[in-house]
Amino acid sequence: MHLTKEEEKILKGELGEGTQKALELLVAIGDAYDAEKMISISRAHAASSGQEGDLYFVELLAKGGARCEVPTSTNPVYDLDFFDRRFPVPKFEGGVAHKVMEAYEKVGAILSWSCTPYMAENIPLYGETVAFSESSATPYVNSVIGAKTNREAAQSALAAGIIGKTPLYGLHIRENRKGTCLINVKASLKDEFDYTLLGYAVGKLVGYGIPVLTGLSRQPTTEELINFCAMSNVPGAISMFYIPGFTVEASTVKEAFQSDKPKDKFTITDSDLKNVYKELQTTSGKIDFVMLGCPHYTLKQVEEAAELLKGKKLHKGVSFWICTSATTKLLAQRAGLVGTIEKAGGNVVVDTCIDEPCWVTYYGGVGMTDSPKCAYYRRFKEAIVSRLEDCVEAAVEGKWK
Amino acid sequence: MTKSEVTLKCHKIIGGCGEGEALVSHEPICFYLTNPKTGVVRERTHELYGKNLAGKVLVFPSGKASSVVQIDGLYKLATNGLAPQALIVKDVETVLVVSAFLVKVPLVDRLERDPFEVIHTGDFVRVDAEKGKVTVSKH
Repeated sequence: MHLTKEEEKILKGELGEGTQKALELLVAIGDAYDAEKMISISRAHAASSGQEGDLYFVELLAKGGARCEVPTSTNPVYDLDFFDRRFPVPKFEGGVAHKVMEAYEKVGAILSWSCTPYMAENIPLYGETVAFSESSATPYVNSVIGAKTNREAAQSALAAGIIGKTPLYGLHIRENRKGTCLINVKASLKDEFDYTLLGYAVGKLVGYGIPVLTGLSRQPTTEELINFCAMSNVPGAISMFYIPGFTVEASTVKEAFQSDKPKDKFTITDSDLKNVYKELQTTSGKIDFVMLGCPHYTLKQVEEAAELLKGKKLHKGVSFWICTSATTKLLAQRAGLVGTIEKAGGNVVVDTCIDEPCWVTYYGGVGMTDSPKCAYYRRFKEAIVSRLEDCVEAAVEGKWK
Repeated sequence: MTKSEVTLKCHKIIGGCGEGEALVSHEPICFYLTNPKTGVVRERTHELYGKNLAGKVLVFPSGKASSVVQIDGLYKLATNGLAPQALIVKDVETVLVVSAFLVKVPLVDRLERDPFEVIHTGDFVRVDAEKGKVTVSKH
């Protein structure tokens, strides 16, 4: 790979060990893909996770004096003080999470602790070159916004944020952004939960690839697109997709395939979505908790939950959690929504997600969620997956069907 | 017993040297699905189920699963001294590069011959990523 004089200097360690390690990683990735050079990025999102491998790298960079060159946001971890007062959080894991959060602060990251940074804290523009990890954020950035990012790991995205560059490969090259398969959606999609099921079905069908969807009757909403992005990356690896006419980068099917022929063609019907729904349920009956906000709930979703909970009282035996970003919670508080949810007995928690060990107290329980991604992590024993309305109903009744 | 030795050119991704007994997997590997305390593959449906990755030269087509679990999986093995000695892959992707980089295990691809034809489980393999060389000894 061709490196500039400035990059050679960084690689020799002349600007400190932190930037040296960051660039070493980027060069290794560039070598793997035969990238000809580095290109500048304008922002990054590091999928911090509070795990040991994460800690090792961010601390290495922090101790080596590295600072983010471009705005770099962070994924959920958890506030140890908040959880320690409520649940038994394993000591070692808690310590790792705490140190991870400190190290990201040291490297000057945007401490968003959110998996949907593109909503408020770190928003790419159409056509921007960025490095966004988090499997649900990558397709949103590529397809909904029309910026360019590869499917990054937390560490490669952080390294890119530190250096302000990424190797030129993959989805930064136009030819690699063409559709791989055509999916005719014959299912009737009413709400965001239908898009959740559709995302899951597409991920399962395609595995790894760039699907081009046709047959959708209207512009999907923000929440529908967020769900589609997240759930297609549960059984699959979908870093990009097209809905010609509705998503920005291609207005026709032909454009999405860059005039090539699709390699595969599929159809998804109502009965396919029904089957996905069935597949997601591992039990029914009594529930121990409801977990919403995977990905982080938007203000609109928090509002819907508050509306459903208004004047109701949650069942004694059921804990009710909504995960969201600090930004969204602030706005929800201003609108009185958090008060309504808390009055019913629910909680709105920021900076975290189900895939963190702070929820260890629920591991043996039956959880209900509107997110197959949340259920997949299976941090709890049994899972029921259904729409928000059903989750609220079950939380009030103490059981589902 | 006759001993044969063959040296192949390869493409370095993560530098360093490693040697050991070859363990060949025709299926993608997720390091998270190994026991971090023993190095034994615990993915029931995997062809390497029950086999130990520790200290081996691992030959496999590609990585799989989410970046977080893949990286954490190899990292945990390495902290316990149970990482493979070297990784020889066919299709490399970003997450695998990051995983190998963090634990400093040599990672190479593009062997001049198909690694699945040349290398078999039990062969002795030496990977010199710096020189872009893989040496396979059969007994």
